[in-house]
Amino acid sequence: MDLLQNNFSTFLQGFGYTLLSSIIALVASMILGTFFAILQILPQKWVQKVGNIYVQVFRNIPLLIITFFFFLVVAKLIPMNGFTAGTIALSLYTSAFIAETVRAGILSVNSGQMEGARANGLSFWQAMQHIVLPQAFKIALPSLGNQFINLVKNSSILAFVGGLDLMYQGNMVAANTFDTFGTYIIVALFYLVITLPLSYYMQHLERKLKHAA
Amino acid sequence: MVTLGIFDAFTPQNVQYLLGGLGITVGVSVISVILSFIAGSVIGIIQFERLPYFSKFVATINNIIRNLPLLLIIFFVYFALPKLGIHLPIFWATVVAMSTFESSMLAEIVRGGLESIDKGQFEGARANGLSNLQTMFYIVLPQAYKKMIPPIISQLISLVKDTSLAMGIVLSEMTYRGQIIYAQNSTYIIPVLIVITLIYFLLNYGLSLIARWFDSKLA
Repeated sequence: MDLLQNNFSTFLQGFGYTLLSSIIALVASMILGTFFAILQILPQKWVQKVGNIYVQVFRNIPLLIITFFFFLVVAKLIPMNGFTAGTIALSLYTSAFIAETVRAGILSVNSGQMEGARANGLSFWQAMQHIVLPQAFKIALPSLGNQFINLVKNSSILAFVGGLDLMYQGNMVAANTFDTFGTYIIVALFYLVITLPLSYYMQHLERKLKHAA
Repeated sequence: MVTLGIFDAFTPQNVQYLLGGLGITVGVSVISVILSFIAGSVIGIIQFERLPYFSKFVATINNIIRNLPLLLIIFFVYFALPKLGIHLPIFWATVVAMSTFESSMLAEIVRGGLESIDKGQFEGARANGLSNLQTMFYIVLPQAYKKMIPPIISQLISLVKDTSLAMGIVLSEMTYRGQIIYAQNSTYIIPVLIVITLIYFLLNYGLSLIARWFDSKLA
């Protein structure tokens, strides 16, 4: 308990950075992910290919490598700190998974919805935005939630580039106090405060959707 | 000179060193996926069977582990377990951490797979005189595993990628060895990162193609 009291502000600061990075990356990866999901269902073959290559590349390489790329290479051209580099990498990495989820959501919306909207005079983009995407997001919601949980967990990657997040601060406290056991338990509790309620809520949503279907 | 510089990093010695790291990456991933497949199956079956109290308890522990960052579990196993008198060498600490984490993921997949099996399969097997355990092993699990092959392969892909996190405890896997190589000379950073990226990509993309092949065969 002393450990928590003495280092409370450090933990809290780390918690704040973890939350901040996760929320920024969530918004960015939702936008990017939706964009690349739509690319993959457009009629033009080469556009589909571009979307597909993006998704395959970012899904199949470690997040740590993407982070190092931004921290060591891109940061030479555009100065940025570890937090920024990590958050950008996190956004790109997660967007590939979100693109897959959203694409599956769009494909599971009955094609009659698009045809009906087009027949009623909406343009492709209007139909996408007002008719198809809202339904697709609803279907994809549980898996999107799981992606967000993964995002929060993956934000611990910031610790590798001095990103001041919860994991980074935890390592600092562990190194200063030598109480590795207590420190990592406290860090775990802080992570669970975010991820566990989300996870239970997503399980609840999944069950609800299953019964509705 | 600039074009020459790109290949400077790849002396035979460095290439051999990097490939040795790949061996460790693959080794950790394969051992972990086998261990977590076994543990994940047991945990998944316990959750599926809804034993009073015990299943709830196991499910809660499983949920906690699933919702923690793998990096934290790696640090915990390597830095905190010694406080309890459990000392593991780096390689096995990584295997234990990754297997623990992946078991909790696979348990969810196994539970989902079991739940997707038609109730009639249980009832039919039971009506034909098989015991509960026999029903599970001969009738239900084989059908469930068949459906689970693609998600299990995607877990293996995650494992291969996540092994890179073990450089946090200085496991000498591929990403760590890459860092050692470009620490010699900063012009090596870009070529080494590109080559490591390509190796991970080819390995994981190959695995994802296998998963897709199974997917299309089973559909």
